[in-house]
Amino acid sequence: MDLLIKNGIVYDPINKINGEKMDIFTSNGKIVSNAKDPKVIDADGKLVLPGGVEGHSHIAGGKVNAGRIMRPEDGRKGIEPKGKLTRACSGYSVPNVYATGYRYARMGYTFVMEAAMPPMAARHTHEELIEIPIVDKGAIPLLDNHWMTMECVKSGDMDKLTAYVAWILKATKGYGIKIVNPGGVEAWAWGKNVSGLHDRVPKFDVSPAEIVKALSIANERLNLPHSIHIHCNNIGHPGNSETTLETYGLLSGVENSDRQVMHATHTQFHSYGGSNWGDFCSKADEVAKYVNAHDNLTIDLGVVMFCDTTTMTGDGPHEFNLYKLTRRKWSNHDVELETGSGVVPFVYGAKIPPHAIMWAVGIELPLLIDDPWKMMITTDHPNGCPFTFYPQIFALLMSKKKREAMISEVHPVVNSNTILPSIDRELGWNDIAIMTRAAPARILGIDKHGKGHLGSGADADISIYDISPEEVDPSRDYAKIEDAFSYTAYTIKSGQIVAKDNEIVAVPSGKTFFVDPEIDKSLMDAMLPDLELKFKEYYSINLANYPVQDAYVPNPYKISTKGA
Amino acid sequence: MGKINVKLISGRTLDQGSTLENKMSKEFVDAAAICEVNQKNLGTLGVSEGDNVEVKTDFGEAVVCVRVNNGNPDSIAFVPMGPWANAVTGSDSGGVGMPIYKGIDSEVSSTDKSVLGVKELMGAI
Amino acid sequence: MSAENRIITDVVCPFCGSLCDDLEVETDGTKIVKVKKACKLGKSKIMGHERIESPLIREDGKLREATYEEAIERASQILSNSKRPLSYGWASTVCEAIEKGVHLLEEIGGVMDSTASVCHGPTVLAVQGVGAPGCTLGEVKNRADLVIFWGSNPVHAHPRHQARYSYNAKGFFSGGKEDRTLMVFDVRKTKTADKADEYVQIEPGSDYKIFSAMRTILSGNEDVVPSEVGGISKEKLIEIVDRMKKAKFGVIFGGLGLTQSRCRYKNLENVISLVDEINEHAKFTLIPMRGHYNIAGFGQVCAWETGYPFAVDFSRGYVWYNPGETTAVDVLNRKECDSFLVVAADPASNFPKGSVEHMKDIPVIQVDPYHNPTTEFADVVIPAAVAGVEAEGTAYRMDGIPLRVRKLVDVKYPSDEEIFDKMLTKVKELKGA
Repeated sequence: MDLLIKNGIVYDPINKINGEKMDIFTSNGKIVSNAKDPKVIDADGKLVLPGGVEGHSHIAGGKVNAGRIMRPEDGRKGIEPKGKLTRACSGYSVPNVYATGYRYARMGYTFVMEAAMPPMAARHTHEELIEIPIVDKGAIPLLDNHWMTMECVKSGDMDKLTAYVAWILKATKGYGIKIVNPGGVEAWAWGKNVSGLHDRVPKFDVSPAEIVKALSIANERLNLPHSIHIHCNNIGHPGNSETTLETYGLLSGVENSDRQVMHATHTQFHSYGGSNWGDFCSKADEVAKYVNAHDNLTIDLGVVMFCDTTTMTGDGPHEFNLYKLTRRKWSNHDVELETGSGVVPFVYGAKIPPHAIMWAVGIELPLLIDDPWKMMITTDHPNGCPFTFYPQIFALLMSKKKREAMISEVHPVVNSNTILPSIDRELGWNDIAIMTRAAPARILGIDKHGKGHLGSGADADISIYDISPEEVDPSRDYAKIEDAFSYTAYTIKSGQIVAKDNEIVAVPSGKTFFVDPEIDKSLMDAMLPDLELKFKEYYSINLANYPVQDAYVPNPYKISTKGA
Repeated sequence: MGKINVKLISGRTLDQGSTLENKMSKEFVDAAAICEVNQKNLGTLGVSEGDNVEVKTDFGEAVVCVRVNNGNPDSIAFVPMGPWANAVTGSDSGGVGMPIYKGIDSEVSSTDKSVLGVKELMGAI
Repeated sequence: MSAENRIITDVVCPFCGSLCDDLEVETDGTKIVKVKKACKLGKSKIMGHERIESPLIREDGKLREATYEEAIERASQILSNSKRPLSYGWASTVCEAIEKGVHLLEEIGGVMDSTASVCHGPTVLAVQGVGAPGCTLGEVKNRADLVIFWGSNPVHAHPRHQARYSYNAKGFFSGGKEDRTLMVFDVRKTKTADKADEYVQIEPGSDYKIFSAMRTILSGNEDVVPSEVGGISKEKLIEIVDRMKKAKFGVIFGGLGLTQSRCRYKNLENVISLVDEINEHAKFTLIPMRGHYNIAGFGQVCAWETGYPFAVDFSRGYVWYNPGETTAVDVLNRKECDSFLVVAADPASNFPKGSVEHMKDIPVIQVDPYHNPTTEFADVVIPAAVAGVEAEGTAYRMDGIPLRVRKLVDVKYPSDEEIFDKMLTKVKELKGA
């Protein structure tokens, strides 16, 4: 059915539409300039945005499911009975697949990127992605701690590395290159870690810095839509901002005219000063200063909010450190020749000084970075908090009053060890539209594939919120911001109304986005003998059983790229 | 008529496992309707390998064919998982869904009775 | 080998949780004639044997032949008319079928349980208490210098495990068994124990206190440990703990000796805690020796679909998870269910007699390729293709690695996935009407 969304206040930053009252038409799942006999949705006095784009979230695969299996107590926090159309839901920080799809859709999100796919278990990630209803999705394979990667780095063979990355993307139906604590995860297979960019990885004798630079070269040679996506070394450590800034500097001078060359993820967890938990403090200002001065880098936030959540990352040694802090349950899963992961439940408490500082850092960063196009709002779901905290986070960014109210409730250390109380900036509607739609789409490289905007030909993914930017002053009425962003009046996915007033009204299956890089056959042929040897000698499965079959992407959206 | 008091353990064996999709066969009976004890216990029972013995617990009894396995200490008899072992296994799950399949107090004695087949065993439930 | 024969390589074995994926199967176009590289267990499964040829429905006490439509219709009627349906099994089929099964049970408001509840269910409960320090099997193959089998007997239950993944396997940092120490802890000297560098015989039911003693020693409080615990001398325990602390990469493969004996899930909580604590000294992991080839897959599917890995009760509309209440044995013991859907499993054989009794009194629906003791109680029997031999789909190895099992030959039988797809549609029709 064609739709006419009438008289809404539209923010569509990619098309430079900044709060104009206008009509939007959809037909056959796309935005069009006009339609015959459309169903009319009266959006008068409502906010109309492109569908939300979640750029970094953990929604599917082994570690997410490990979280569910380990935490029935979390499952019990989010129970919803099955409905006429909907499946039974469970979970708060690790919702089941149905809850994941419905909750994103009800909040107006229509695209979600799973940010860490272990290649050897990619089939699992895809099995869950298939079952997450409504939203489009993709998954980024981890590539930095692979033996193949490190051997290519050691020998300096960028041709071979490029071919290997291309092979993994094809074999896993993956979207890009994820880097997680480069070198540290291989060291963790021996119970060790690296402490900075220039440590040598045991046995492989390469440094994290060398791995990052090499994968960036492969990324650019393959012309991937997204840049390398990096979780820096030393996550969560006091004083880690030095490593973070040094990591950003590794690609100083490297440019790509279309996009950033490095996306640094959950930057909140990497922007700390101090030398221990006693003098722990925010370095958001220094990180923001770097980001403001460089155009080849983007970040996402990884905002912490106070709650009982589940941490999960490919960074095995970090999760072991969290286990030692919490002494609650700890899951670990090292994946042969490739990567690792860990899962630990975690409570962020408002009165716990380091947690209060972490919360402040996540809010400081977007207020200190001038250009919203360099940022995606994320909570690194569920690491900082579940994605369902977005409405509160938007309110915090749009209202100093809201921040003051919250600061008064948290540990006073935020007054001395962060500069959050002194920041006056309040973000506007357009900023939020950029940081949750336009910028994530552009950073991921899916803006060219119909996402993150409402221009003619774009996918008809639209969220309509029951709030009028013309009438509401976010600075004062922050409670209204929170309410309005909690659920849409309408969420439209590919031209179909999927959610209405917090109720799911249709459950289509979304598409899976993946990249198929074409490279010179001679490069691939030269790489394969090394890979075959790895399978023959060291993997515990056969090469023939590794690649993810087409059956695991029933609704494919393939982006083909041509390597340089 | 000799008898021994032992802890009964049930579990997978190669023969039981390779016939488990073929449970109505004689091979399955041969693989699963057995009780393994060590040579010393065999002597105490006063039976020879291939004779029948009766296993009794608080939960029931089953007749199975005795075999020698000297890996078993004196205090242990082993019956492969299957309906004969389960005829003497208690159903209490300890509040966690899992019956105690291993370590059941049992008495094993020599017997003239014969081994029941699968259908007879099921019919007796 | 005749001209028409075809060799299929890289076949994934659908028997145990080792999920060996290097088999070679020869077919003559219609049936399998030879299986290479498989163990006795895998070979017997893939070669197959006499089948249930046709769907069956019990009338006047006797099973008579029926069509698939009729049998599925009858099964759907039974399930939709039940107040408290129970389903059990699902370990020897593929994830795609399990997904349909979970959906079916949600639709009819039943209880869904897998064979895990009488297998590694207690391990899952322990994971919920203290977590799961694990790794993939290739990590063991490449790195482990200390391999411990505790209450597990792979020579009988996972015959190729040691050669492919653990003790005998050669890896990047390990030349094979010369570079590894194999320790076996068991109550009886198994065939696996025969090969061990060190076999430690323990008293039945004493695993919990042995782990406690080891943790006590590890924490520096050996003075409170008695001179002997569970059949092991204090000196020996100290030596074992010391060996574990000195491992470069250690692994414990836990078996049903831990889950099915006294203390059940508490044994696992204690050993997992031990492994956690050893990680302060040495890299150490624990992998449960999962039995059926896709029992791990059931846990994964059930968790992503419902939030919980087994024993889920949909009678409230939302998902209620309470093992001990919602586990199959308990539902049967309380004689609570009024119908019983058994899929790719054989509770009549594998449950204690006391639990099986209730099967006499309620309609039982069996979906399985083969006649087995459960068939004796079945009122509707629906023969299915053997997943992994005659139908394809996803299975999860004991370490969580998912592989796609193959369809090797064409058969007349529908797959589990197709059967449950039809049953789900039928049940929705009946419920809607």
